[in-house]
Amino acid sequence: MAFQVSLGDTAVAERTATKLKINNLNFFYGSFQGLRNISLEIPEKQVTAFIGPSGCGKSTLLRVLNRMYSLYPGQRAEGEVLFNGQNVLDPKYDLNALRGSVGMVFQKPTPFPMSIYDNIAFGVKLYESLSKSDMDERVEWALKKASLWTEAKDKLSQSGLSLSGGQQQRLCIARGIAVKPEVLLLDEPTSALDPISTARIEELVSELRTDYTIVIVTHNMQQAARVSQHTAYMYLGELVEFTPTAQIFVKPKDKRTEDYITGRFG
Amino acid sequence: MIDAEQASGNARVNNPIYRRRVWLNRFNMAMSMATMAFGMIFLIWILITLFGKGFAAFGPQLFTQMTPPPGSDGGLANAIFGSVLMVGASVLIATPVGIMAGIYLAEVGRDNWIAKVTRFVNDILLSAPSIVIGLFVYSLIVFQVKHYSGWAGAVALAIIAVPVVVRTTENMLMLVPNSLREAAVALGAPTWKVVLKVTLKAVRGGVITGILLALARVSGETAPLLFTSLNNQFWSTDMNAPMANLPVVIFQFAMSPYEDWQRLAWAGALLITLTVLLLNILARTVFRQKTQ
Repeated sequence: MAFQVSLGDTAVAERTATKLKINNLNFFYGSFQGLRNISLEIPEKQVTAFIGPSGCGKSTLLRVLNRMYSLYPGQRAEGEVLFNGQNVLDPKYDLNALRGSVGMVFQKPTPFPMSIYDNIAFGVKLYESLSKSDMDERVEWALKKASLWTEAKDKLSQSGLSLSGGQQQRLCIARGIAVKPEVLLLDEPTSALDPISTARIEELVSELRTDYTIVIVTHNMQQAARVSQHTAYMYLGELVEFTPTAQIFVKPKDKRTEDYITGRFG
Repeated sequence: MIDAEQASGNARVNNPIYRRRVWLNRFNMAMSMATMAFGMIFLIWILITLFGKGFAAFGPQLFTQMTPPPGSDGGLANAIFGSVLMVGASVLIATPVGIMAGIYLAEVGRDNWIAKVTRFVNDILLSAPSIVIGLFVYSLIVFQVKHYSGWAGAVALAIIAVPVVVRTTENMLMLVPNSLREAAVALGAPTWKVVLKVTLKAVRGGVITGILLALARVSGETAPLLFTSLNNQFWSTDMNAPMANLPVVIFQFAMSPYEDWQRLAWAGALLITLTVLLLNILARTVFRQKTQ
């Protein structure tokens, strides 16, 4: 099971299958240990939030899930991350295939230097060869999913950089969805956005939950409370507590979690 | 109150440490202005002489007639054409080599030992005396095939252009924020696709600028061409034969005792300078347009 339900709103935090299972994960930046013995199970088609103070390892943990850290030679992970039963930390695991199934959206919007249409087609072309009309359909579908279609439909050939910050971030989400991943990792997706754009992204996350497993890293505890069904509180590279969101904010089990969420931290 | 404030302000102005700093500032500003003026004077002097003597010999015949024997009328058409052909060929060779090496350094090798050695060698090549490169190509090509040729000249110029393209391509790619690279990788794109479709595209203005600057750099090179393409007083499109070019013609004509040859040398020098100036302006505008 995804977690042990003891309290809280089980109607929201449904018991579903596990999508990603992390076992005894340790992570190193050179000789510095960034994550210590993390074990947790991320439930399918739910939103899981990682919260904690800066430097606690929440982004590091997220970047292990699609092995983004593999880009940097000094970084390494030990332990297991099972995705559909297979260990993605295995050196033989096909990285590009993993990233096709586990998409990611970053803190700052990162549109590619090409048209809005091509921003979305770029990822799709890596996995499928679609006819022009099928591609048009896919682009429209992804933009609609990311609730950007009405704003972007008349300027698909314009540069992705011509959009506003919030629109750019929704374009990045559309781009991630377009390749039809199973999991979507969001690394502080709203920290560079204004409150209105933030609200739209949060709405979007709640809608996408029906089709995707979502993991979101956030500095903002209210955001975690609003969008997630499960919350993991991390501190100094350790997983302190992982419970249904409804519970963690009302009745945290650990003193450290309580200090953090009540603002008595530090 | 106001008196007190003024008094404290005056105290600050009269403070010896503050006064010393003001004077040091004036002194250093004056020194830097003087050194700038020193440099500018020579540049302007060169340009005035060049424009004065060059324009005197300028005319349409420059582009239509061949380099003449002493004492008769002529132009620089064969030399201009030869220069364009060799410089063009050298850039066509240097661009793919330089861009690919730059991609390796910035995107693939980064800090491994091959990249470190390549970067070091590239720096040496960047400042290598061009006459050494001329001699190298002479012994490599000219000596082997037993004759001077336009191709040998193009190869020598390409060797000079490559490190310029490598350096600018690498520097430009280093400016691409890692977040953009990660975003493309996060979709599952293989490295070559990330580079060609995303990072290189993001800095194409800078890379084009580098190519234009390399073009400007090689278009005035004389020493390597003396050993490779030599010269040709006739119109020739055969890259396998000796080929006329502006720098060597200027060198030869300027050294000669004939006044009409010297005038043509000035015109040729002006032509090269204007071309380089134009390329630099073009490079700047391209860079400004393509980088937001």
